[in-house]
Amino acid sequence: MKINDAVFGALLLVLGLAVLVHVQSFPTIPGQNVGPALFPGIVAAGLVGCAVLLILSGVRSRPQAPWFETLPWLRSPRHIGAFVAVVAATIAYIVLANRVGFLIVAPLALLAMFVAFGVRPVVAVVVAVAGTLVIWYAFYKLLRVPLPWGVLERFAF
Amino acid sequence: MTHDVGLAFGLVFDPYNVWVMIAASLFGLFVGAVPGLTATMATALLVPVTFFMPPIPAIAAIVSATAMAIFAGDVPGCLLRMPGTPASAAYTDEAYAMTRKGQTELALGAGLVFSALGGLFGTAVLIVSAPALADFALRFSSFEYFWLVLLGLSCAIVITAERPLKGMVALLLGLLVACVGLGNPAGYPRFTFGSTELTGGIGLIPMMIGMFAVSEIIRYAVDTSPQWKIVDNPIGNVFTGMWRLTKRYPVQILRGNVLGTIVGALPGAGADIAAWMSYAVSKKFSKEPEKFGTGHVEGIVESGSANNSALAGAWIPALVFGIPGDSITAIVIGVLYMKNMNPGPTLFTQNPQNIYAVYLLFIVANLLMVPLGWMCIKAAKQILRVPRNVLMPVILLFCIVGTFAINNTAFDVGVMLVAGLAAYVLEENGFPSAPAILGVVLGGMLEENFVTSMIKSEGSLTAFFGRPIAASLGTLTLGAWFLPPLVRRLRRLAGA
Repeated sequence: MKINDAVFGALLLVLGLAVLVHVQSFPTIPGQNVGPALFPGIVAAGLVGCAVLLILSGVRSRPQAPWFETLPWLRSPRHIGAFVAVVAATIAYIVLANRVGFLIVAPLALLAMFVAFGVRPVVAVVVAVAGTLVIWYAFYKLLRVPLPWGVLERFAF
Repeated sequence: MTHDVGLAFGLVFDPYNVWVMIAASLFGLFVGAVPGLTATMATALLVPVTFFMPPIPAIAAIVSATAMAIFAGDVPGCLLRMPGTPASAAYTDEAYAMTRKGQTELALGAGLVFSALGGLFGTAVLIVSAPALADFALRFSSFEYFWLVLLGLSCAIVITAERPLKGMVALLLGLLVACVGLGNPAGYPRFTFGSTELTGGIGLIPMMIGMFAVSEIIRYAVDTSPQWKIVDNPIGNVFTGMWRLTKRYPVQILRGNVLGTIVGALPGAGADIAAWMSYAVSKKFSKEPEKFGTGHVEGIVESGSANNSALAGAWIPALVFGIPGDSITAIVIGVLYMKNMNPGPTLFTQNPQNIYAVYLLFIVANLLMVPLGWMCIKAAKQILRVPRNVLMPVILLFCIVGTFAINNTAFDVGVMLVAGLAAYVLEENGFPSAPAILGVVLGGMLEENFVTSMIKSEGSLTAFFGRPIAASLGTLTLGAWFLPPLVRRLRRLAGA
């Protein structure tokens, strides 16, 4: 999505100001003029300055540049689906992997993405299973990363 | 010294290390040749694997994979008119025009041979300049380091960003991210909001995998450009005519190498910018500038060597000062810290065999590029037939598992996703990612040297200019801020 500079500027202004307010609560170090608030404070002040400039340039460009401009992919259901699949698969992994187990979540996440990306069903199923097993073997067996077993705990090997 | 060099040979030609280099090279060639997968992404994907290796093989994997990837990026440029990595974008149209004239061999051969040569040149500069600089840097205090980091960050904005304001925003966001957690001179937990995961700061590796790998996957997912078509010319001997080119364009080769190494060494600008600049320089000084764009090899010779020499050049400030020259070395610095090989001048005095081994790795990788690159060209059509809609989800799963592997926490996977989405949205809107990653990597160092200097000087800012080297670096930094806008204004006045 193309967002007008002014909208970005406004968001950054809020962020910068929030940080500036928040760092006031940081402790000062007795006998010293530099505390933990100084550096983030300078950065946030810089951010506020840049935000103001962005807002000005965004407003100046207004007649040509709308506040929000949709990119071609936002009009294509297939591409929206692909985007959602990538994000959803990652979130699903974060939420479910520990409880359900890598060997169940990973192939399903791959399968969902393959379907959204328009891979042929047979290829999708085969690669979802094979890809999971290869990555599982490489990380769990060779590199000894404790990938979660989840509900398959009883069959762990 | 000979003893240390001997040790370095032992480290590099250890069978395990050789095996790692070959495997990483093949990986790099593949990643480079597939459009949409970049050399930086190759590095990010390697990190979880190198996490489990000893230091030298870990560095070997990154050095070989990136060198190969930058060369391999030329291949789809020639055959598909699509750069394999951004570093080849500068001369993709030229290479494709050569293919249409039936000169695929010459374009690919020039890419391969002069890439290797450029890599070796950059390595030579690294070998000569790094120890001298390190010697010099041993005398640096916090004032010098403060200016050096600030100068590096300023360069990143001035060189890389089309609009410096957006580069500045990206940098400040990166610096803000670096503030999260306990890792500040006061040891006070900042911006943690009571979360235990955030007290250690936002993980560098998950963030980088997100910014450089996940963002590319998202970009692929929403890419609406039509399917590509491979040019089906047979490819002959790519080495024919290379000697003739070398004799015909010696100045161009040297100029490309020198410019590439310098641009690489400047923080924030890497192989892609080196190639764009070199191509422009080549056209400007060419005796036949009218031929550029019609399938003329001169620009490919010059910018093809520039992007590979930039790769080695970027390691100079990374190893000596801990200031990355490009986004690849930004990741490398993270790996060096993980391996207890903290970058800085002491790296050259303690355990010098490690530094010699790094030099040697660069030489071997660039020599290895010739035969392996030749194989890659032979297999190019097969590589380009690998369906990306199958490849990308598998890479995402690899990113997830790889990120999880560093600390065994799902929180990091969340960091990866957020970083990926943020990098995608920011880049779509013209905010470059290089200043952001430099801000994240260098934020801690900048703050530490700033605070130490402030305490030493009791708050007086004049002390920042009190020592000769600090004063020169400070002047340079201020020059980098104020000169470009001043020059622009003067030029506008002169024009009006």
